[in-house]
Amino acid sequence: MVMEIVCPAGTPAALRAAVKAGAHTVYCGFNNETNARNFPGLNFDREEMIEGVAFAKAHGSKVLVAINTFPRAGAEHIWHEAVADAQAAGAHAVILADVGLLAYAAKNHPNLRLHLSVQAAAANADVINMYARDFGVKRVVLPRVLSVPEIAAINAETEVETEVFVFGGLCVMAEGRCSLSSYATGLSPNMNGVCSPASHVEYEDDGETLDARLGGYTIHRVGKDEGAPYPTLCKGCFKAGEATGHLFEDPVSLNAEQLIPQLEKAGVTALKIEGRQRSRSYVAQVVRNFRRAVDALDAGQPMPEGFLASLSEGQATTTGAYKKTWR
Amino acid sequence: MSDPQISIPTAPRVLASALKYVPLAPLSLILSSYACRVAKNHPSMMRRLGEHNKTDFVLDPTDLPISIEMNPNRGYPRITVVRGNGQGTARIAGPLAALMGLVHGAFDGDALFFSRDLVIEGDTAATLALRNAIDDAELDLGEEMAGATGPFARQISKLLTFVERKSGVPLTRPQEVDTW
Amino acid sequence: MQLTVGPNQFFWAADRWAELYQELASAPVDRVVLGEQVCSKRLPFFQERIPEAIEVLQAAGKDVMLTSLALVTLKRERKQTDALAEMGVSVEVNDLTALANLPEGMAFTVGPLINVYNEGTLNWLAERGATRICLPPELPMESVEVLCKAAQDAGVEIEVWGHGRLPLAISGRCYHARMHKRAKDNCQFACEDDPDGLDVRTLEDQPFLAMNGVQTLSDTYACADEQIEALTSAGVTALRLSPQSKGFAEICGLYRQRLGGDLGRGALAEALRAMDSEMRLSNGFLTGKTGVEWAAE
Repeated sequence: MVMEIVCPAGTPAALRAAVKAGAHTVYCGFNNETNARNFPGLNFDREEMIEGVAFAKAHGSKVLVAINTFPRAGAEHIWHEAVADAQAAGAHAVILADVGLLAYAAKNHPNLRLHLSVQAAAANADVINMYARDFGVKRVVLPRVLSVPEIAAINAETEVETEVFVFGGLCVMAEGRCSLSSYATGLSPNMNGVCSPASHVEYEDDGETLDARLGGYTIHRVGKDEGAPYPTLCKGCFKAGEATGHLFEDPVSLNAEQLIPQLEKAGVTALKIEGRQRSRSYVAQVVRNFRRAVDALDAGQPMPEGFLASLSEGQATTTGAYKKTWR
Repeated sequence: MSDPQISIPTAPRVLASALKYVPLAPLSLILSSYACRVAKNHPSMMRRLGEHNKTDFVLDPTDLPISIEMNPNRGYPRITVVRGNGQGTARIAGPLAALMGLVHGAFDGDALFFSRDLVIEGDTAATLALRNAIDDAELDLGEEMAGATGPFARQISKLLTFVERKSGVPLTRPQEVDTW
Repeated sequence: MQLTVGPNQFFWAADRWAELYQELASAPVDRVVLGEQVCSKRLPFFQERIPEAIEVLQAAGKDVMLTSLALVTLKRERKQTDALAEMGVSVEVNDLTALANLPEGMAFTVGPLINVYNEGTLNWLAERGATRICLPPELPMESVEVLCKAAQDAGVEIEVWGHGRLPLAISGRCYHARMHKRAKDNCQFACEDDPDGLDVRTLEDQPFLAMNGVQTLSDTYACADEQIEALTSAGVTALRLSPQSKGFAEICGLYRQRLGGDLGRGALAEALRAMDSEMRLSNGFLTGKTGVEWAAE
């Protein structure tokens, strides 16, 4: 079976571009705090979601709706409505992270397929099987802290399908378990669906150096001809003891295209591309590339050469935790 | 994707020289009325701007001696073309071809930004909202312009295609290639 | 309001570790959570001392719990998690894996690293047998208030982070090892040199974070001095104090005085600053715009 390519869409135009470029599945979210890419100018209103799902279905693709922030106490109805509206729009599944919301969806929407978001950071078979047993979760998006052999070990012990990130931004922290952003800016991935929010970013270019600040903290300082990374906290340049550098993670992004055959052997069902904040042209290019790769793999042909580096942050890529040396 | 490196052409020198002398007030008026037409045709673009629909943006084509001050003005955009850097709370600067390529979805904004072909300053959230709103609108400024000129539409289209080919500046939305 | 001492987040030599619990036996606290939360590689160094520490604390009348790891991935870590239930004290779940491994019907408590953001999650945990929940430190006061009400209905006690460097993130990667250019498997326990974590500054030397192996903490020490009255009236029944290498028993004493009214609002923070001028305080997660903020009347 061909591995499933799961593509991001921050806008209806990106959804159409992804579908036309060969995405088996597209994931997107509503334009509010219910989804973990709650960025300015992005996401779908209810009408757009209905149209998007219809467009995807007409072209043989599926839509997953990410409702993967943690509902705010006293305002859970916003998340409950999102689940109901996703089902009504015809979504193939919803991607959830919060156990309270999973329990709600399992009880009130028994026919709705549930995927476990990477934000739940379910990193071993015991806990994944618990999500399957208690809520009927059918697929888990694995956190980006696991190596390929560990992924294989998980698949050997669970019936739940696994989906792994292969391209795009990389969280070095276990997702859904990080409050660096709210510590510095007051806005967090878990509560607000944003990390290192643009509203708190300042760039200062004095001709010689470009400083990128977040919430008043200097996160990057680059020279004239260097690339300009976004000031994501965990990829910043800091000092500790005698050391100065990218102490947590370099400003690189994930590219595991060459690991696709190994991931297939490890029993992975679906390959996920990060980037709902990226343009429709980016989405189309990346999707086309990965679709080619999985089709080649399915036909027993060699992987096409990688050429996605120029689209990546800092224009440098890593295979991340999939290779154990990353740790 | 045949060429992995984004290569961005510089605006033709003749255009840069001309803009040194062209009177800017009428140009501002024409562009404002054109922008209103585009906004009217793409209401979802204004919706996507959300709270940033009254922001003073500056689009600064670095290979031209002018800057474009643009306020979306809740669906009735006002454009002022000025010489020099312009005034505003959110600035996007880069070669004209990069700016036009961004509008037309030929390039990815983040990639241009990471490579510093585009430089943003000031209100980053507003800039992102504008970028995302434009990307979703699937604009084709060439087509809009041709549409606005009524009986001359065909000639204008031809002219734009010619200029586009000669200068390398994307003036229209590229055809979707390689559809699955 | 009671005082709970959270698990020591840092890597201390076994003798020093045991000393902390000897000291806490006579400190004015009600409850102590011990064990290893951050890195499974540290546990063998003090594992044998745990039963004795439990005994000392229980003999002094303290409630004792054992924490799970914050992030369980490896086989060895799953086994460690499995074994927690057999230690004879109740388990504080800090990764839902521990919950998956607890025998059905066994009561447990929930630590601050479990994402309890809303009533739905709280109720689900209560149904599963949770008796006490320490809320995630990033929750604002409005959420604490709503969750306290839900907890009363569900018969669950609510605890809030009261003092100490805030656990902000957990990773598969060890930053101490990375900084020393070592592989995680051959880390040589670099984190042991930093009993309160290693300070991380910005390029402009602004104090910002602290690294602690696979964990990232705040530079500031959270301190709920300003919010104690509000927390009490919301229905919070315990404050969590997180161990630090210097003067921790004394700090427990100060919080006890503050709760008992011997120290007024603001006097606790003042006393903490007098103890150590390098101890920068924050309380922004509860009532500020950002977590790092310090807001006082």
